[in-house]
Amino acid sequence: MAVNPALQGRVFPPVPAYLVGREKIREFARAVLSDSPINFDLDAAHAAGYRDLVAPPTFPIVVQERTLAQLLAEPDAGIDFSRVVHGEQRFTYSRPIVAGDELTAALTVASIKSLGGHTMVTAVSEISDSAGLHVVTATSTLVVRGEES
Amino acid sequence: MTQTRTPISLGDEIPAVEFRLTRDTLVRYAGASGDFNPIHYRDDVASSVGLPGVLAHGMLTMGVAVQSTVRWIGDPGRILDYQTRFTRPVVVDPDSGATISVAGKVAQVDDESGTARVDLTVTYNGETVLGKAQVQVRLVSA
Repeated sequence: MAVNPALQGRVFPPVPAYLVGREKIREFARAVLSDSPINFDLDAAHAAGYRDLVAPPTFPIVVQERTLAQLLAEPDAGIDFSRVVHGEQRFTYSRPIVAGDELTAALTVASIKSLGGHTMVTAVSEISDSAGLHVVTATSTLVVRGEES
Repeated sequence: MTQTRTPISLGDEIPAVEFRLTRDTLVRYAGASGDFNPIHYRDDVASSVGLPGVLAHGMLTMGVAVQSTVRWIGDPGRILDYQTRFTRPVVVDPDSGATISVAGKVAQVDDESGTARVDLTVTYNGETVLGKAQVQVRLVSA
């Protein structure tokens, strides 16, 4: 099975809205060993000027993952999940994510490149809020290892 | 609210921090993130696909590494951009776990845009595990 080069440029429909919960932020923050009061304590978040708890910088992966699942499940994608390695990741914010945000995300396959028997798939997920405003762009490069390796 | 500006200057070093990851850390991250790939908690699955052992999720290492910068600037909402490449796996021993070391340095300050770039050095067993780990932070709080 090889990655379908025609995937490049494909745009996926937005995933259903994800409501960011306060306890989910606390759970994720504990999981990445955060000790920032702004992730845990409402008073600290308010004092810093936020309307609710702020999510850790890598939290958008939770929302982005739903878009990546769409890509992997695409019938003609040819991406064998057991051969996928996470190569690169980037988050580019317009504003922080706070509890209460209702986020949606839409994935575009930005590029498909072959490199030494492997295929690099770069997927860009634009995450926006319920007003349709951009919140963060999450970009993943997945390395799909070739059959012989 | 009053605008406070953390004095951030070119060449500033972020206090080095060590983070200990154990199998418990991996299970907790799997649950919080929804990434239940068994190579992150099952030795038999990890070895069946030729890995040297159970690995930390790349996203766990990335998420933990930026905490040193969050601590330094005091506000996770001031992280504007964060990127990395996953260059080497972190093998987490069932007994002793794995300790990752995170150092950081301010590599660029742009007063016009009010941002600075922090370059992180993340090592495990003396080897770098994240490549081009760069964090862009806002100089002024919201």
